[in-house]
Amino acid sequence: MDRCGPADADKMTGITMEMRTTQDEGAGRYPDAAKAAIVARGLVKRFGDVHAVNGVDLDVERGTIFAILGPNGAGKTTLMRMLATLTAPDGGSASVMGYDLVAAPAVVRGVIAMTGQFASLDEDLTGRENLLLIARLWGFRGRAARARADELLAAFDLTDAATRQVKSYSGGMRRRLDIAASLVVTPGVLFLDEPTTGLDPNARQDVWRMIRALADSGVTILLTTQYLDEADQLAARIAVIDQGRKIAEGTSRELKATVGSGFLHVAVNDSAQIDAAAATLKERLGENVQRSAEGAHLSVKAPTPQAANEALAALIAAGIDIADFSLSSPSLDEVFFALTGRAAPVGSDSHAPEDASS
Amino acid sequence: MSDTNTAPFSIAPLSPQLRFVERPRPPSALSNALVFGWRAVLKFKHVPEQLFDLITMPIMFTLLFTFVFGGALAGSPSEYLSYFLPGILVQTVVFNAVYSGMGLSTDLSKGLFDRFRSLPIWLLAPCAGLVVGDFLRHFIAATIILTIGLLLGYRPQAGIEGTLAAFLLLLTIGFGFGWVFIVLGLVIRTPTTVMTLGFTLIFPLAFASNIMVDPATMPDWLRVMVEANPVSWMATAMRGLMNGGASIQQVLLALATPVLLTAVLVPLALRLYKRQ
Repeated sequence: MDRCGPADADKMTGITMEMRTTQDEGAGRYPDAAKAAIVARGLVKRFGDVHAVNGVDLDVERGTIFAILGPNGAGKTTLMRMLATLTAPDGGSASVMGYDLVAAPAVVRGVIAMTGQFASLDEDLTGRENLLLIARLWGFRGRAARARADELLAAFDLTDAATRQVKSYSGGMRRRLDIAASLVVTPGVLFLDEPTTGLDPNARQDVWRMIRALADSGVTILLTTQYLDEADQLAARIAVIDQGRKIAEGTSRELKATVGSGFLHVAVNDSAQIDAAAATLKERLGENVQRSAEGAHLSVKAPTPQAANEALAALIAAGIDIADFSLSSPSLDEVFFALTGRAAPVGSDSHAPEDASS
Repeated sequence: MSDTNTAPFSIAPLSPQLRFVERPRPPSALSNALVFGWRAVLKFKHVPEQLFDLITMPIMFTLLFTFVFGGALAGSPSEYLSYFLPGILVQTVVFNAVYSGMGLSTDLSKGLFDRFRSLPIWLLAPCAGLVVGDFLRHFIAATIILTIGLLLGYRPQAGIEGTLAAFLLLLTIGFGFGWVFIVLGLVIRTPTTVMTLGFTLIFPLAFASNIMVDPATMPDWLRVMVEANPVSWMATAMRGLMNGGASIQQVLLALATPVLLTAVLVPLALRLYKRQ
């Protein structure tokens, strides 16, 4: 009801006015309101001889969730740190909410918020003091600062823990406080660097819910992740980064489409037949066969259901004892494999396709 | 994972607070710095143990030197105290300056500074907070040591004015040395390394000085070294200010090092900080 963003003019009417919030300020506070939240062209960052980011273009539409997906060391964090003005690019250009990153970093800082990979909180202070600190740095004074801190504590279900030192918080509570600290002033763009790394499944669901609610409220969110399912679940668009370069970009559906219409998954009963099965599938479908970590499942791109059907028939004709099979649209694991020729990133909790076997 | 709130919290109560909150009028640089100063004060409130670290060493030194060596070094413990106490204040401040560097290194290693640096605030405000914390630390530690001295029978001959002047000099010394550790804190990512390296630098400075022993009794080569040690100049000026008889030259000489350190290290710290 009161959740609102710059675009939700109608919804703004229900808002209490104790803090200065008007629809005019909301809609008109950024230059070129129609333009993208982030535009980057050929961004480069070098560390010595290493090109951590090697010519990346990005276009992020306002009010959307955009995921940068890639394995450890792909350059995701460096890319995000450049966009958040924390490190200067060595080449290329970018603007955030219409402001040039290099020419006006101080102005950019006024319209962004960043939640780093490691909780950017003061462990010795209480949750409330952490929020008060940020609120006062933004310029809230006295009662306004306290009111904003308490409001955010309530919103993120931390009121009970408000007067405890952050060092006693669980991982999920820290994350929530960390994100709350990024929302003291509603940012145009919120940067989240691996927002759910190290969280248990419950806390992870909480954070996802929070991120969706934020995007609904009009905040543009750029997040990095090495969890393929996270990008799939949250993001309207996904850029896949590998070794400092963007190797693909699109919606989850588009990325899957670049890989083909679907995947055939086969499990065999006798592991001695796995090599023969893989060879038959490769011969029939003309594609590289991906093996599951345990080696019991095979996945291969199938251009059409008919082709998959014929491949299965060939397996049976070759005397292979099939335990199970299924046909699915590709998972992002398979997209990554197809794009890079390498297995899904290390540290990914992404699993074998859910419908591959049972 | 021991999340105390295991029940997933709902979006419904979250939504009203996600209303659009506009940025207030940008605060002044001074206001930013004061907020960081407030943070330093909160640290004292939440981690009172740090005061214990600050004063155990100097108190131990004061008692040990006064009663064990005092008689032999200066005739009587109370006479020695008037020589030693102004000097131990310098030593305390120089050693305690290491804590801001450690704090900075801790903040940097935890990503806290990334948040500060992504905020539209005065670039140096976080450093100003460290300085405020330093001033508080130095003031508290010096007051405790002076109180113990007074209880043991020390009477500053130059009275309250002299003691206040000595405290001002002391805070200036602490300010100057603080930058050494802020620079170390910016360069070194592990807080304990900052401490070890800092103490390694400071130990010879503090002990090869005239803080504890009058260099008149030392062999020539050592006396020359001790008399050329800036810490000795500081201790001499402190003695002069508290016990009476300080000359302008002594005070200027004592101020030279902190002023030089500040002039050289502040631009360096600024560059390192921007580069982070």
